[in-house]
Amino acid sequence: MNARTQGETHIEVHKFYGGAVAGVAFLALVVQAFLHKFGGKAEYLELPLLVTLYFGLSRRNPISGLLLGTVIGLLQDGLSHMPIGLYGIAKTFVGYLASTIGARVDVEHPLSRFGFTFLFFHFHQAVLATTEWLLLAQRPQYISGKLLVASLVNSLVAVALFPLLDHLRKQP
Amino acid sequence: MDIPSRHRPLVLLAGVMLAQVLLLAFQIKRERDVRLIRLWSVELLTPLQRAGTWIIGEVHGGWRGYIGLRHTRQENEGLRTELGRLQLRNRELESRAAEADRLAAVLGFRQAHAEVPILAAEVIGASADAASKTLYINRGSRDGVRRNMGVITPDGVVGKIIEVFPNTSMVLLLTDHDSGVGALLATSRTHGVVKGAGEPFARMEYVINDEKIPQGEEILTSGEDRIFPKDLPVGTVAGTQDGNPFKVIRVRPAARLDRLEEVIVLLTQRELNPRKEVELAAPPAKSGETVTSPSAPAKQPEQKPAQPPQKPGASPAPAQGATKPPTTAPAKPPQ
Repeated sequence: MNARTQGETHIEVHKFYGGAVAGVAFLALVVQAFLHKFGGKAEYLELPLLVTLYFGLSRRNPISGLLLGTVIGLLQDGLSHMPIGLYGIAKTFVGYLASTIGARVDVEHPLSRFGFTFLFFHFHQAVLATTEWLLLAQRPQYISGKLLVASLVNSLVAVALFPLLDHLRKQP
Repeated sequence: MDIPSRHRPLVLLAGVMLAQVLLLAFQIKRERDVRLIRLWSVELLTPLQRAGTWIIGEVHGGWRGYIGLRHTRQENEGLRTELGRLQLRNRELESRAAEADRLAAVLGFRQAHAEVPILAAEVIGASADAASKTLYINRGSRDGVRRNMGVITPDGVVGKIIEVFPNTSMVLLLTDHDSGVGALLATSRTHGVVKGAGEPFARMEYVINDEKIPQGEEILTSGEDRIFPKDLPVGTVAGTQDGNPFKVIRVRPAARLDRLEEVIVLLTQRELNPRKEVELAAPPAKSGETVTSPSAPAKQPEQKPAQPPQKPGASPAPAQGATKPPTTAPAKPPQ
């Protein structure tokens, strides 16, 4: 059975074709790095976050969600010159929470996807800022117009991207 | 100890978070980089970035070479008409090029640093972190690239090498928070440090408020950081305002940092001594240069003993957080 229901909640737990999760995560990191090469507007996009969020919400397994977030975050850290662990911590939280919420709420509707992406984007940035503040003794500027625009852009991209990723699900 | 299955995710979350916090603490306390994870990330992802750059280049070339030629015949007649005008334009451009050569000779930069070995490199990717202004180039330790080498374009300063891998290197851009370049104002020769601000514009620091700085004034490298040769364009003044204790100067980088395709790596960390003016009058010497195509394999250059390794992202003197302004060199006419 490719999709199963969980007890009384009737929330579908989706499974994906072999290698789809790793491949999409890998591709997201490459594309992210490739887009940032051109700077400017591309900096608004956070594809690794969207991928972490999507698989967390779809697979609804907190363990796989947090582990996927950890791996993606650490690889993202590895491509930056910042200390390794910043994005790892933020994306671990996102992966865990997305999976936990996904197991309780149906998140297939575009509006709910938009809303969840918007919230999780800010949550991710807040964790990043808090980690930098607590562990690196830096005071990053959190609230800015750019952040708001970035969260809206990512939410819109999520609404378009998630249905494409839905095609990678095994059909029941 | 048997953990109830419903608590397992929470326990795993706590364990993973603790491990990463310890990892961060280790890097901060010991001031050491976890090079293994970084190496894995780069080795895993840069081959695809390299392939992506190649594919885009091929598609672009194919488009221009074949599909873009669909209307060639129709355009041919128009082009013939244009030919006469273009020939005139060509003469005008040749005149300008000759003028540029003369100006370059006057500036004497190239002649003054003809002995500097340089290496052309192609930009193959960037950081996956929006806050991290870094790029990856297709040259690494096998090509003779070392940490803290300067990276430039013909327009001006780009940044410096902060990580070197066998076939790839990471360049910290001038606009990154952790970046810093020893600089001076072209007219007054007042020294300062151009630092990144994590945005398209950089800032020049340690210039006193009394200094009169016109907008558009050129900012050049001072050579004090021992990374970049002297008098290389860093940027232009985009705006100034009085600050405490120093003037706040916004700097528009001379190099187009958001449109970099090819860059030049200065394969030396030694201090660059410009030749005397008498020597500048002589024809340009090119025998000492080591220039290769961005995609061609590079010959291993001779390296003088490198300076002590610097922490990734560290700024040149004065160090970050320093409040003492750099010494101002005596004013002298531009070369």
